[in-house]
Amino acid sequence: MATSTIDLHAPYKERVKLALQNLHLKTALSRSTVRLSSARVAAMTAVDGQRLRDQTRQMKEYVLRNLPDLLEELERNITANGGHVHWARDASEAQAIVLEIARQANVQKVVKSKSMVTEEIHLNQALEEAGLKVVETDLGEYIIQLAGEPPSHIVAPVVHKRLEDISAVFQEKLDMPPTLDPEQMCAIARARLRQEFLTAEMGISGVNFAIAETGTVCIVTNEGNGRMVTSMPRVYVAVMGIEKLVPTVEDAFLQYQALCRSSTGQQCSVYLSLTSGPRREGDVDGPEEFHVVLLDNGRSDMLARGYGEALLCVRCGACLNVCPVYREIGGHAYGSTYSGPIGAVISPLLPAQVTNAEKLPHASSLCGACRDACPVKIDLPRLLLDLRSDQVEANQAPWLERQAMEIFVRTMSSRRSYENAGKLASLASNTMAALSGGNLKFMPPPLSAWTQSRDFPPFAKKSFRELWAERMARRRTIQRGG
Amino acid sequence: MHRKTFEQPPRRVALFVTCMVDMIYPEVGMATVELLERHGVEVIFPEEQTCCGQPAFNAGYRDEARVLARRFLEIFGPLVEQGQVDAIVAPSGSCTTMTSHFYATLFDSAANPAERRRCESLAAVTFELTEFLVDVLGVTDTGARFPGKVTYHACCHLLRELQVDAQPRTLLANVQDAELVELTGAEECCGFGGLFSIKNAGISTAMGQRKARYLAQSGADVVALCDVSCMTHINGLLSRQGQHCRAVHIAQILNSQVDVEAPPPPPAPDQEAVQQPRRWQDIR
Repeated sequence: MATSTIDLHAPYKERVKLALQNLHLKTALSRSTVRLSSARVAAMTAVDGQRLRDQTRQMKEYVLRNLPDLLEELERNITANGGHVHWARDASEAQAIVLEIARQANVQKVVKSKSMVTEEIHLNQALEEAGLKVVETDLGEYIIQLAGEPPSHIVAPVVHKRLEDISAVFQEKLDMPPTLDPEQMCAIARARLRQEFLTAEMGISGVNFAIAETGTVCIVTNEGNGRMVTSMPRVYVAVMGIEKLVPTVEDAFLQYQALCRSSTGQQCSVYLSLTSGPRREGDVDGPEEFHVVLLDNGRSDMLARGYGEALLCVRCGACLNVCPVYREIGGHAYGSTYSGPIGAVISPLLPAQVTNAEKLPHASSLCGACRDACPVKIDLPRLLLDLRSDQVEANQAPWLERQAMEIFVRTMSSRRSYENAGKLASLASNTMAALSGGNLKFMPPPLSAWTQSRDFPPFAKKSFRELWAERMARRRTIQRGG
Repeated sequence: MHRKTFEQPPRRVALFVTCMVDMIYPEVGMATVELLERHGVEVIFPEEQTCCGQPAFNAGYRDEARVLARRFLEIFGPLVEQGQVDAIVAPSGSCTTMTSHFYATLFDSAANPAERRRCESLAAVTFELTEFLVDVLGVTDTGARFPGKVTYHACCHLLRELQVDAQPRTLLANVQDAELVELTGAEECCGFGGLFSIKNAGISTAMGQRKARYLAQSGADVVALCDVSCMTHINGLLSRQGQHCRAVHIAQILNSQVDVEAPPPPPAPDQEAVQQPRRWQDIR
């Protein structure tokens, strides 16, 4: 099969190298990210996109400022509706809560609707280790579950695969005859999944937003599987990060609009499933039990450490689609549930064990495209800069870099040392450049990382300041002469 | 960001030439000076200036960056405050961003009230070259003549921090004999990003190669841009790959300094470059 699976636990360098070497990955990423980001631009320009972003941000800022109160309001209303609320400090508490609910309800099989937060806490593994069968029902998520991979994008988990790759997975795992017809492939998956919906005792989903004033959890999907997960099994468990709530119904639709337009460029998604409580008398469907797990897992620390802005995120994936780095390496290279610019910010702040998480804040050219695309205007470049600065302050920067930086600043701190360094660099670089046709083709490490793929120009023989001085001298001569 | 609006056009400016222009591309500095002088502005060059501290700041070394930021404020501050110059002009979007946006991060208003005030007052009068020409001097035609196919790459800091985009495009559009061609992904980062180009050399190169493919596809002889750092990155790749196109600083074009005969003739079409357009057109 063409698309390689990147081991999330491999060193960062290795993950990136594998991603960059994978030409099929590049094709798949280019196609989908360009399509998604052009759709976003069109959908945001169709309305007053700036106003939508401003209003959404204001609303989410209000949520963060009033988080404890709103969470309690949410809890009160869910409970009043007949649902149960559970508070989980970390991943293991959340796993234990869901397992206990499953045990008490005698659950053998779980159907899931795509959820990043359950990926974050590795819920599937925990359930499977306890002997439960877990089936992902979002088509993309189903494909990667069959392939044994984690999602590589916040909203499009299988974005890294081409149709050819998916066909290969289906042929191997579902005995599908060879075909590249998406409709045929879809039909096969759908038939399989239908059986799972009918036989599962428990449905688990994430939460796109929960409405505090009504105690309603909302999930946004395009396939209808979400609705079946929330209403067909006896028990429905919704797992949400504590930041993913909105105060009122109006706010819910504000966020819904910002989310749909930013993630897939839709005006609204095909399905919006709202669950306020278990099935009441006379209801035609709905779960008998309704549970909401409120997960912290590092989020209140994030707020306390000055990275609260990252909690405004509505998980639309717009920053991934416009990120030139994500476009080259895809989600798996980040080694974390959350990839792209937002992943580079939150992965090092979450308690999850991400291999080389410290390198993620540096995996950005700080171009700022992500900030312009973000529906809540999260200043991602600034957060990345803050993380870098925190690392330096915590003495985590590489020794060599620190030394180099000190020498750099000392040199730049005086005109004389700056000019001397310039002269030296000019002499050395011109000598070397003369040997290799005018440009530098080799530099010593760590600068060799540049010259492996790029030329570097020699320093000027005469600096600007020297030319300037000559020019001023000429002028004085002319003035004196005149 | 608040920028000062001038009642009278500024008569005298301080040139913040930037260290890379000073040491590697003095011709860009000279073109900047000549352009400004041709439009009636006297240029002062404060010779004590070195680097604004951006490399340190971007890498997270804020204490180190603060040392250089203080230095910048001490050199340029008095010139503005004593009325010796009306504005500060730099031929660089990213260094302008550093001094007029990021310095505020380095100087907390409570801990460093004087520096904070100074960097705010300097920010109001610091301009990137094309921004200064168009927005402050009202120049849209520099009288330049450039026979060749020209395209434009929007450097990230210029575009997204300073929000300067129309200005350089307008100036280029008025260059005589220049044939402007579209560049796919003109607003996509070239992959330089300071230390990113070293720390993540593989990703940086891949991003640059994408830019190079689009440039080949545009058929441009030169790509104009407003930052010599991006110019170094793009040229580094173009020259390593033996491509015909070259990146030049916009000041050189606006000052009609570029010799289009100089780049080597186009090599045999690169396989990847030929395939790429088809793929992208499929998507649209």
